[in-house]
Amino acid sequence: MADPREPRAPSPASGRANGNVPARAAGEPAERSFQVLGKPLRRVDALGKVTGETRFADDLAMPGMLYMKLVRSTVPHARILGIDTRKALAQDGVRAVLTGESFPLPFGILPVSQDEHALCLDKVRFVGDPVAAVVATDELTAEEAARLVEVRYEPLATIGSPEEALRVAEPRIHSYGDGGNLHKAVALDFGDVPAALAGADFVVEDHFFYQGNTHLPLEQHATLAYLGTDGRLTIASSTQTPHYLHRAAAKVLELPASRIRIIAPPQGGGFGGKTDPFGHEIVAAKAALITGRPVKIALTREEVFYCHRGRHPVLLRMRTGVDRSGRIVGHSVESLLDGGAYGSYGVASTFYTGALETVTYQMPRYQFRGCRTFTNKPPCGPKRGHGTPQPRFGLEVQIDKICERLGRDPADWRIENAVAPDSLTANWLKIRTIGLVPCLQAVVEASGWKSRFRKLGRGRGLGIAASSYLCGAGLPIYWNQMPHSGVQLLLDRSGSVTAFCGASEVGQGSDNVLAVLVAEVLGIDILDVKVVTGDTALGPVDLGSYSSRVTLMMGNAAVEAAQRARERLAEAVAERLDVAVEHVGFGRGRVFDVGDPDRGMSFADAVQLAEAKGGTVGTVGSYRPAKSPGRFKGAGVGPSPSYSYSAAVVEVEVDEQTGIVHVEKVWVAHDIGRALNPVLVRGQIEGSVYMGLGEALMEEQAFRRLPPRLSRALVHQTPSMLEYKSLASRDMPEVESILIENPEPNGPFGAKEVGQGPLLPIPPAVANAVYDAIRVRVDEVPITPEKVLAALRSPARRYGPASFPHVPWPEPLIVPPPWEGGDGNAINEPGWREQRERQREEAAKP
Amino acid sequence: MNAPLVPLTVAPREKLRLAFTVNEEARDVVVASYKTLLEVLREDLGLTGTKHGCELGECGACAVILDGELVLSCLVAAMECQGRCTTTVEGLREGPRLHPLQDAFADHGAAQCGYGTPGMLLAAKSLLERTPDPSRDQIAEALSGQICRCTGYAQIFDAVAAAARMMRGEPAPAPHLPSVQRGGSDGRPT
Repeated sequence: MADPREPRAPSPASGRANGNVPARAAGEPAERSFQVLGKPLRRVDALGKVTGETRFADDLAMPGMLYMKLVRSTVPHARILGIDTRKALAQDGVRAVLTGESFPLPFGILPVSQDEHALCLDKVRFVGDPVAAVVATDELTAEEAARLVEVRYEPLATIGSPEEALRVAEPRIHSYGDGGNLHKAVALDFGDVPAALAGADFVVEDHFFYQGNTHLPLEQHATLAYLGTDGRLTIASSTQTPHYLHRAAAKVLELPASRIRIIAPPQGGGFGGKTDPFGHEIVAAKAALITGRPVKIALTREEVFYCHRGRHPVLLRMRTGVDRSGRIVGHSVESLLDGGAYGSYGVASTFYTGALETVTYQMPRYQFRGCRTFTNKPPCGPKRGHGTPQPRFGLEVQIDKICERLGRDPADWRIENAVAPDSLTANWLKIRTIGLVPCLQAVVEASGWKSRFRKLGRGRGLGIAASSYLCGAGLPIYWNQMPHSGVQLLLDRSGSVTAFCGASEVGQGSDNVLAVLVAEVLGIDILDVKVVTGDTALGPVDLGSYSSRVTLMMGNAAVEAAQRARERLAEAVAERLDVAVEHVGFGRGRVFDVGDPDRGMSFADAVQLAEAKGGTVGTVGSYRPAKSPGRFKGAGVGPSPSYSYSAAVVEVEVDEQTGIVHVEKVWVAHDIGRALNPVLVRGQIEGSVYMGLGEALMEEQAFRRLPPRLSRALVHQTPSMLEYKSLASRDMPEVESILIENPEPNGPFGAKEVGQGPLLPIPPAVANAVYDAIRVRVDEVPITPEKVLAALRSPARRYGPASFPHVPWPEPLIVPPPWEGGDGNAINEPGWREQRERQREEAAKP
Repeated sequence: MNAPLVPLTVAPREKLRLAFTVNEEARDVVVASYKTLLEVLREDLGLTGTKHGCELGECGACAVILDGELVLSCLVAAMECQGRCTTTVEGLREGPRLHPLQDAFADHGAAQCGYGTPGMLLAAKSLLERTPDPSRDQIAEALSGQICRCTGYAQIFDAVAAAARMMRGEPAPAPHLPSVQRGGSDGRPT
C-alpha cells in the first residue's frame, strides 16, 4: 500500500522516475520529473479543431437522411385537448408526425424525478415545451409542416415565480414533489445554530439574489439517429453524458440497452447544458425506428434557450454569528430556487445550494434550508459550479460585510479562518489537501492588495473572494456499486497505444488528459496514444462530463490501466535484459535498464516481447471514490474525493453617472494539485473568469409576461445571442492566473479539477470591488448599471432583496458535527440507531 | 463583380445553378434558391468546417471570406455568390502545411471546443491581411463579432499576435503560461 500522502504514482516497475532520469535517491526532493505531464504541449485534438475537420454532431450526415422539426408549446401552462396532425401529414415529403402518445414512459436525469416525456403527453409546462415532431425529406418541408400541426390547449393558471409557487398550490405543475408547487424542501441541522447565534457577539443577516443564466454553448444541440448495420439503434448526439442518455433512451423506447449505441461526438461547448437526456434525442431515435431512415435534428438558437437546464435563480437568506475574535460561531442558509418546469438535476441542485458552504472557512455549526419550486419556465439544472455559485456569492459578500464591521482586512480574515487540511466539516465532508491559503496569499501579493485595498479613491475599487469546488461527485446519479470511470488500453505491436473510455469531450480537453496520463506512465509521446471516447459501444462507462469529475476519475482509471500495461512490459523486458523488474525504466519511447539506460529497446519492441511472452497486451483500469463519512439522508450531495480551491481579486472602475461597472483586471489563483497541461489549464481558468464576469455583470435568463391581448403568456425575454448579453472580445479584462501546485493524494499524479472552480470567486469579488469603489452594496447579480444607480439613490445605499418568503420547511434532520459527538448519522431519522449498529458491526469486521 | 440578386419571383424550392470559386477551386452546383452560403457550403459541398451557432448573424461562427471581405455566411444568400470567390477554413492550409494562424491557435490553446475556431481564424486572417502588425486592441476589435464561450479570448489574442509574428518572418513566441507556486502538504507555500 502506497503512502497515502504521496500522489498516486505510477510505479509498478517500482517507484522509479520515468525517462532516463535516475530513480530518486533518499533525501532528494520529492518533485518528480515528467516527460509529457505538465508540459505546454499542443492538445491531441488540436489539429481537427484548427482545420475545421472535427466532426460535431451537426456535421454528421447520411444518405437518405430525414430532417426533424419540433412543434413547441406557445402557452406556458395548459392541458393538451387534442393535436391534429392531418394537414402536416398530408404535405409532400412528410414521412412521420409524432406526438406524446408514442412516448408513454417518463424519463429524467435523476431516478427521483422521472417527470419528462419525450413529447408532452397531456400537459405543457412552459413556452417552448416540445409537443410534436415532424419528420420530412428536407428541413424546409419539416419546418413548414410543423406550422400546420394544430394543438388545442385548455389554459391553466401560470406559476411565474417561486413566491407564486409557494402561494398557489393549485394547479400543480407536477403531481409529485413536496406538496403544491414545491418540488423539494430540505432541512439539515449540523449543531444548534439558533443557540450559537444567540450566544454570538453579533449576527449579520443578509438577503441575496442570484439571477438565473444559461450556458450558451456556441454549438446548438444536434442529434443524428439511425439503425446501424450492426442492428443497433445508434444515436449520435451533442451530449455530455452518453451513459445517462443510453439509460433514458432504453427506458423510453423500451429496447434492450445492448441494442442501443450512443455516440457523443466532440461538443462545441457544454458547461452543463448538455448533461440531461433530452426529448429531441429520444424522438429522433424513435423516428429512425419508424421510418427506417437516418433522422437528424439540429436545434435553433432559440430552442437552445428553451432546453436551458442553466443556473437556477436563487433567493438566499444568510445569517452568520460572529464572536469577539471574529470567528464564525454559527451559519445559517435558506435558499429558494426557481426550478422551472421539470426536475432535471434539481434535487441535487437544491442540496448544492448548501453543501459546500462549510469547506472554506471554519464553521463549527451550520444549518441549511433549501427549497426548489416548479414554475412555468424552461427547466433549470446544472451550470458550471452547479448550485454553488449562488450561496458562494452570498457567503463571500457577507464575509466582506463582517470584516467591514470588525474593521478587519477581508483577505487576512479568510487566511486566518481557512479550514485545515485533513479535516472534517460540520456537515461531514472530508477535506484532504487544501490550497486556500496559498491561493489567497498569491492574489493578495499579485494585486498589491495590502497597499491598494480601500485606498484607490472614489470610483475605483478592489474586491476579494475565495471558493471551493468538487473534483467529481462522490456518488453516481443512480445507485450502483460499479466504477464511475473505466479505461481500456490496447497496446499494438507498432508501439501505438489506443485508450478507450466513455468520457465525453466537451472542449475542456478530456481527450488530452487521457492521452497525457497514458503517455506519461508508459514513457511514450502523446501522439502515440490514440484516444477513442464518447461511444458506448467502444469504451467502458465513464459517467460523463459533469461535476468536474473527468480529470480525477477517468485520470485515475487511466493511470491504473497504464500501470498494468507497464507491468506486463516490464516483466518481459526484465527477463530479456536480465535485470530485476524494479530496474526497468520507461521513457522517450524506450524501455530500458535504469542502471544502464543504453541497454534496452524501443517501446514497440517491448510490446512485441510482452505479446510473445503472454499474449495480446490489453489492460483495464477503473475508479470508484471511497465512501464518505456522512450517513444522513442528503449526505450524498457534497462529498468528493478532493476539493479544489480558488481565490480572486477583481479591480473595477464604477461610473457613478451611468452605473456602469468596468472590470480593469482580475487576479486569480487556483489550487490545482498538479497541472497536467498548463496551456489548457490557463484556458479553463480564463474561461471560468470570463463566464463568472458575465454572470456578475450582465447575463440573465429573464422572462416577461405578454400583455393580455397576447395571452399573458410567460415568455423568455431574450432568446437570442444578440439580446442575451455576454462578454465579447472587447469586454474581457486582463486576467493574471496563478497555479498552486500541491499534489492531491486522490488525484492522478496529484491533479485536481480546474474547469469549474475558478468561476466561483468572480461574482462576489466583483460585488465586493463595487463596494470598495463607491460604498454601495449590490446584493444581487447581475450587477447592472440600473442596480448600481438604484443603490446609489437608496438611503440604505444598497440594492437587493429585503425579505425571504415563508416556506413550509420539513422537520430538520439533526446531524451532530464531528466535534459534538456525531458519527455522521442524523439522530432523529427513523431507524438511525439500528443503522448505526450495522455500521459499527461492518466497521469492526476485519 | 457582384452577380444580380435572385429575382424575388423565384419560389424557395426552385433550384438554381450556382457557379463560384471555393478555396481556389471552381464549383458548379444546383441548389435550392432559398439557401444561404452557409447552407450551400455545409450541405451541398460537404464543407462542414464552417459552423452555425445562430443563423442570425449574432455569433460569428459562420464567418468566411468572400472576395476578400469577411462576411457572415448565414446572412449571404448563396445566389449572391455567383461568379465570386470564397475562402473557408478548409482553404487555409497550404497543402500539408498549416497556416501560421492554425499553428498558433493550436499551440496557444486558442481552440478549446473548436466550434467558433473556423470563424475566428478567418476573421484573424482578414485582419492580418490588412494589418500585419496589429496591436492587442486591433485584434480584439477585429474579433469583436466572434463569440467565444470557452476561452475568455486572451489565448485567442495571443495566437493571432503570434501568427502575425510568424507571418512577418519572426520566431514564434512560446505560449504564455500561468505562474506556478508549489504548496506544502498542508497547502501552505514551501
